[in-house]
Amino acid sequence: MNWTAVYAIFRFEMNRFFRTFMQSFISPVISTSLYFVVFGAAIGSRIQEIEGVSYGAFIVPGLIMLSVITQAISNGSFGIYFPKFIGTIYELLSAPINFFEIVLGYVGAAALKALFIGVMILVTSTLFVDITIAHPVMMLVFLVLTCVSFSLLGFILGIWAKSFEQLQIVPLLVVTPLIFLGGSFYSISMLPPVWQTITLFNPVVYLISGFRWAFFGMADVPVGWSLLAIAVFTLGCLAVIGWIFKSGWRLRS
Amino acid sequence: MAAILSIRDLRKIYDGGFEALKGVTLDIDEGEILALLGPNGAGKTTLISMICGITNPSSGQVTVGGHDISADFRAARKLIGLVPQEVNLEPFEKVRNTVAFSRGLFGKPRNDALIEDLLKKLSLWDKRDNQIRELSGGMKRRVLIAKALSHEPRVLFLDEPTAGVDVELRRDMWNVVDELRATGVTIILTTHYIEEAEAIADRVGVINHGQLLLVEDKATLMRRMGQKQLEIQLDTPLDTLPESLIREGLEMGAEGSSLIYTYDTKGERTGITALLTDMQAAGLKLRDVQTKQSSLEDIFVGLVKGDAA
Ligand SMILES: Nc1ncnc2c1ncn2[C@@H]1O[C@H](COP(=O)(O)OP(=O)(O)OP(=O)(O)O)[C@@H](O)[C@H]1O
Ligand SMILES: [Mg+2]
Repeated sequence: MNWTAVYAIFRFEMNRFFRTFMQSFISPVISTSLYFVVFGAAIGSRIQEIEGVSYGAFIVPGLIMLSVITQAISNGSFGIYFPKFIGTIYELLSAPINFFEIVLGYVGAAALKALFIGVMILVTSTLFVDITIAHPVMMLVFLVLTCVSFSLLGFILGIWAKSFEQLQIVPLLVVTPLIFLGGSFYSISMLPPVWQTITLFNPVVYLISGFRWAFFGMADVPVGWSLLAIAVFTLGCLAVIGWIFKSGWRLRS
Repeated sequence: MAAILSIRDLRKIYDGGFEALKGVTLDIDEGEILALLGPNGAGKTTLISMICGITNPSSGQVTVGGHDISADFRAARKLIGLVPQEVNLEPFEKVRNTVAFSRGLFGKPRNDALIEDLLKKLSLWDKRDNQIRELSGGMKRRVLIAKALSHEPRVLFLDEPTAGVDVELRRDMWNVVDELRATGVTIILTTHYIEEAEAIADRVGVINHGQLLLVEDKATLMRRMGQKQLEIQLDTPLDTLPESLIREGLEMGAEGSSLIYTYDTKGERTGITALLTDMQAAGLKLRDVQTKQSSLEDIFVGLVKGDAA
C-alpha cells in the first residue's frame, strides 16, 4: 500500500473543502433551518405526531440523509471529475498507485466532508426540536456507511460523466426523487397499501428506515434488511469501480 | 551500459481504429539523453503516454529499470517523471502545495528542503505561495517540471518542454537538463526545435506516421547523413557557369559572386581537388573559401520528406 499517496490525495481534497469552509459550514445550517420552518412549523402543526414522535423530530433523520446523500454524491463525483476535466488526471494515472488507493483518498475525503455536514445538521436541528438517540452507535454506523457508499456512487458518476450537465443530471433526476419518495418526511405506513409495496423497491427506503430506527427505535422495514441493503450497495459500487480501473473505462484511451 | 528503458514492438490502435504507433522497438541506456523528433501527429505523445501508464498499449512490452510497466507498475512508475505536453494544473492550488502533492503521490516522504531547492532552481521560489492561476504560461510549464522532478525520478520524459517558452527559459531548461545529466538521470524529450536536439541530446530518434524511422548517435547521424558545403567567393562575379565546371552538386551563388559545391564527406572522393583544378584552368580567381556542415534540420527534413513520398 502506498499510504503516502492516499494521504496526499486525501489532504489535497480536504484543502479544497477548507478553502470554501464557511460556505460548507453555513449552507447546511441555513437549509436545515429552512426545512424546519417549512416542514416543522407549517406541516408539522397539522400532523402533530407519528408513532409517538413529534413531527419535527421525526423528519430529522430524513433531513440528515437527504443532505448527506446529496453531499456525498456531489463531493465524490466532483473530486474525480475535476481532474478529468482539467487534465490533471494524468498524474494519478502515471503514479505508482492502484485503484484502491485512489478510491481511498478521494472517497475518504468525500465521505468525511459529507459526515461533517450530517453532524452539522444534527447539531442545528437540536436548536429546533428535542432529540434523544436510542441507538447512538448504530446511528453512527448508518451515517458513516451512507457517507461512504454514496461517495462511491458519486465517484462512479464522476468517472462516467463527460460534461458538467451529466454530472448534475443523475443526482437531480434519480437520486433526489428517490430520497424524497423514500420516506424522508413521512412514514411508509401513512401511504396507501399499493404505494407501500412499490416503495419497497426504492433502496433509499431501507437506509432512511434504518437510520430512523437508530434514532427512535421504530422502523418501516426490519433493521437487518436496512443493513443488508447498504452493504450490498457498497459492495456493488466497489465492484464497479474495480472494473473501471481494470479496464480503464473513461480514464485511459 | 544496461538499458534502463526497453521498448519491444509497442503498438497503439486507438478506439476509432486509427493506428497511431506501428510497433516501436527501442532501448535507452541509463544516463542517456534521447531526443525524439517528428512532425505533428507522428505519435510521440502516444509513445510516452503508454510508457507512463496514461494510455493502454494495444500490444508490446515495456520495462523500466527491468520492471514491466503493467505487471510491476509500481516499481516501474516510481522511476519515471513526466512533463506532459499540455499544461494541466489545478488552478486554485498553491505552487508549493502542488509540487509537494506530486511527491506524496509517488510515495516519497515529505522533504521541504528538496522542494525549496527545486523551486529555486526553476526560478519559482518567489511564487511559491501563489495560486497556479496567477502564474504566466512559462511559469506554469516550470511548475510541471518541478512536479515531475519532485519525486527524484531516474527516467524523465519531457514532452515538448520548450514549446511556447522564451529564449531565456529555454536556456534555463537546458541547464536543468545538464544538471540532471550530471546526476545520471535518463532523459527522453520530444521537440520540434532541431537546434534543441542538436544542443542537448546524445542520440536522436526520428518518428513519423507511428514508425521510428531511425535512432542514431547524434554525431554518427550527422556524419553518416552529413553533407558538407564548400562555398567559394569569387574575385569577379560570373554571368554563367563555364562549361568546363558544370557537374553534380555545383551551383552558382547569389549574383554569380560565389560557387556552392555540395559534397558527401563519406564519399570515396569528394571531388574538391578536381573542382579547384578546373577552376584554375578556367582562369577563375578565389577570394575566400569556407565549408559548412549540414545541420540536423537538413537531415530531418530529408528523412520526413522521403517517408512521405
Ligand atoms: N485519444 C486519441 N484517440 C484517437 N486518436 C488519437 C488520440 N490521441 C492521439 N490520437 C492520434 O494519434 C496520432 C498521434 O498523436 P500524438 O499525440 O502521439 O502525436 P505527436 O507526435 O505527439 O504530435 P505533436 O507533435 O503534435 O504533439 C495523431 O494522428 C492523433 O490524432
Ligand atoms: Mg505530442
